[in-house]
Amino acid sequence: MHDFLEIVGLSIRVSLTAWALAAAIGMPTGAALAIFHFRGHRIVVVLINAFFGLPPVVVGLVLYLMLSRSGPLGFLELLFTPASMVIAQTILAIPIITALVHRAAERAWARYGDELICDGASRLQAIPEILQIIRADLVTAGLAGFGRTVSEVGAVILVGGNIRGLTRTMTTTIALQTSQGDLTLALSVGAVLVGISISISASVFALSGQARTAGSDEV
Amino acid sequence: MIRSRNVWALIATIAAMNPSLAVEQSIVLASTTSVEASGLLADILPRFMAKTGIAVNVVAQGTGKALDTARRGDADLLLVHDPEAEQQFMDEGHGTARRQIAWNDFVIVGPSADPAHVKGGSDSIVALKAIASTPAPFVSRGDKSGTNAAELRLWKIAGRTPDALNKEKWYRDIGGGMGQALNAASAMDAYTITDRGTWLSFKNKGSLVVAVEGDPRLLNRYDVIELNPERHAGAKLVAAKTFADWLVSSEGQEAIGSYRVHGEILFNPSSGSPK
Repeated sequence: MHDFLEIVGLSIRVSLTAWALAAAIGMPTGAALAIFHFRGHRIVVVLINAFFGLPPVVVGLVLYLMLSRSGPLGFLELLFTPASMVIAQTILAIPIITALVHRAAERAWARYGDELICDGASRLQAIPEILQIIRADLVTAGLAGFGRTVSEVGAVILVGGNIRGLTRTMTTTIALQTSQGDLTLALSVGAVLVGISISISASVFALSGQARTAGSDEV
Repeated sequence: MIRSRNVWALIATIAAMNPSLAVEQSIVLASTTSVEASGLLADILPRFMAKTGIAVNVVAQGTGKALDTARRGDADLLLVHDPEAEQQFMDEGHGTARRQIAWNDFVIVGPSADPAHVKGGSDSIVALKAIASTPAPFVSRGDKSGTNAAELRLWKIAGRTPDALNKEKWYRDIGGGMGQALNAASAMDAYTITDRGTWLSFKNKGSLVVAVEGDPRLLNRYDVIELNPERHAGAKLVAAKTFADWLVSSEGQEAIGSYRVHGEILFNPSSGSPK
C-alpha cells in the first residue's frame, strides 16, 4: 500500500511539474504566435500542430540518447531519474498547449488586437492581455496538456527505466503488472489513474466556472 | 495576470515536495526481466540496502538491451543470463569480473490440450520438432533477451534457423518481455519457452501448463558482470562491486536461495552447486 501511494504520488508530481512547465512555456508562446508574425511563422505553426501527435516513444528514445552517459547531455546524470521523465513529458505537452492556445489567441487577436494596440499596449504587453481574454480556452488547453502528461507511458518507461521506488509511475506500473500476468491489479491501478484524471478535470472545470461567474464580462 | 502567478506558485510547491532520499549512494543495475518480474530483487535488495546503505536502482530490460545499456555507459552493474552474449561483451573489453550467482532452468509450456503431444517429455529438441510439425502456434520473445537467445539455440539444434522460423505462420515473434510472451501464449493457446522463475510467479497462466522440463540443455545461468573502469570511468564501480560481492557472499546466496513463491525455490544459489 505504501508502495502504491508512493507510485501515485510520483506520477502526480512528475505530471504536474511537466504540465506546469509546459503551460508556462506553451501559453505565452501560443499567444505570441498569434500576435507576432515573422519570417517562417507559418512553418513554426505547422510544425507545432504536427508535434501535437508526437509519438511518446520517439521522444523517449531521442531523449534517452541525449541523456545517456555517452550522449551530449550525459554529464547531467539525469537518465533514469524523475527529472528525465519531467523533461520528456514537458516536451510532449508543449506542442499541445501551444497549438490550442494559438488557435484561441488568433481569434481573440483578430477581434481585439487593434483595440489593444490603440490603448497604447505594445505587442509584448498584449500577450498577457490576450491570455486574460481567452482564459476559458486556457483551461481546455491546460487540461489537454495534463491529459497527455499523466497518461503516457512510452517516453517515461524509456528515460525513467521503471525503477521501483524511484521512477515507477502509475502507467509504468500498469505495464509491469500486465507483464507479470496480474491483470486484475493492472486494471485497478488503471482505474485509479482514470479516477485521478477525472477528478482533476472536474475540479478545474468547477474552479473555472466559479471564476467566470464571479467576475466575467468579456467574450 | 492571475494564472501565471498560480503556475509559478505550483512549480515552487512541487519542487519543494521533491523527497530528499535518505540514500547515501545508489547504483543502476541493468538486469534481465526475470529477476525483477519474479520478485527476486524486490525481496533481496532491502537486505543489501539495510547492510550497506547502497540503493540499487533496477532497470529491467532483458539481457540484450541490458548489455547495450551498459555498453553505452548507462549502467553501473549487470545481472544477465545469456552466456554467448555475455562472452561477447567481455571480449569487447566492457566487463572485468563475471561471476555466476544463481541458476534455474527454462521450461517449455503449452496449452493443456497439448496438440503437439509433447507433455511429460524431457527432450526439448524432440519437443520443438513435434511443435514445428503441428499447426499449433509457438510464441517467441523476439527481443534479443537471454531467453530468446536460448530459444534460438535450441531451434538451431532442431534444424531451424531464425530466418526459416520467421517464414512459418505458426511461429509468432511478439517482440516483448517474458510476461508479454506468456500473456500471448495464454491467449492464443501457443507453446513458448520461459524461465522457471517468471513462470512460477506469473499470474495469468490460463490453460498453460509445463510441457517439457528436465533437459540439461534447458539450464539457465545468471551472472553478475562488473564493468571495466577503463571503458566506463563514469560508472559507480566501487558501490557496484560491493553489491556484486554481496551477491556471491554466503549472505547474498542465502538471500537468493530463501526466496520462494508458493513454496518453490525460483533461483538456486550457485554457491551450493554451480552449473
